[in-house]
Amino acid sequence: MRNHEPRASSSCAACKLLKRRCTPSCIFAPYFRSDEPKKFAKVHKVFGASNVSKILNEVPEEQRDETVNSLAYEAEARLRDPVYGCIGAIALLQRRMVELQVDLAIARARLARYSASSPPILNDHGSMIPTLAELPACESAFQVMFPIKNLDLFELLLPWMPNRIKTTISLCPVYPAVVVSPSDWIARTSERSSAHDQTGWIAEITEPS
Amino acid sequence: MISGRCAACKYLRRRCPSDCIFSPYFPSNIPQRFACVHRIYGASNVAKMLQQLPAHLRAEAANSLYYEAQSRTQDPVYGCVGVISLLHQQIHSVESQLAKTEAEIAVLNSLAQEPAQIQENEVEATFNNFLLEQDIIASRRFSHSTYISSNFI
Repeated sequence: MRNHEPRASSSCAACKLLKRRCTPSCIFAPYFRSDEPKKFAKVHKVFGASNVSKILNEVPEEQRDETVNSLAYEAEARLRDPVYGCIGAIALLQRRMVELQVDLAIARARLARYSASSPPILNDHGSMIPTLAELPACESAFQVMFPIKNLDLFELLLPWMPNRIKTTISLCPVYPAVVVSPSDWIARTSERSSAHDQTGWIAEITEPS
Repeated sequence: MISGRCAACKYLRRRCPSDCIFSPYFPSNIPQRFACVHRIYGASNVAKMLQQLPAHLRAEAANSLYYEAQSRTQDPVYGCVGVISLLHQQIHSVESQLAKTEAEIAVLNSLAQEPAQIQENEVEATFNNFLLEQDIIASRRFSHSTYISSNFI
């Protein structure tokens, strides 16, 4: 007997693309509405519907919205940059972070020199900004934090480190100059890995011996 | 002599042809690399993505796919997008610190050019004004950099 029910207009974007009936328990329906067909198309192209479904089933229901958004972001990034995907964005941000850390180290050094020759200044919390004499004696110009847990990626990102690090710090009169070889840097980082917390690595730039 | 299969073909239980798209990037001695990538993307998607690229870019692509797949396995909700958010927060924090330090330098600079006797409240007012200005500049910088990095959301 023919089904005389009107065609369901509430078929989600996923089921429309996959050309299947959208059931009330469809896992995609709450997150891939029919008015946003491109969102699912992109996610499907990169991850595949069954992989997305597996990932969604793994996470609690209240976090599926966030999960879908991050999958959509990653898929978009991968389609725009088929070689690096999101890693391109991460490398860019890490580079910016390194540049800022350099600027901060230099600014602090300048401030320390000022403070040494003028009355102590209090910061927001009422504590004294350290003078040059009080700064801990150390060989490193600064510590740069990378929020990654993976040494493979660390090696991948090393070529992105701006050459500016070398030139800027060598001009800084307060701290000694810098930059070990990349393999030495990796070795130091892995030594410190057990001491560091789970949020990431600390890379330290010191004078080559 | 039978040449060894790559990790992908071992995993997929198939013959590894001489022109296998996976074998240069998924050697048999690192089985977890392909297993991880397969779990998130699936073999055919990975093959398609690699095939669409010129050969000299495929190694980088395989590496970045592995990193993203690992991140997604460790954090199924955010994957490597969590790293991006964290970086944005850290950048904002360092920009604020930088702005404040520059403000303090500016204050000391201006004090160095003023006569020696300055009232305490004048010092505080000058300091706070500079901090406020620098905070505004820093948040503009942050919004600009967030826009650049994430303008395709």
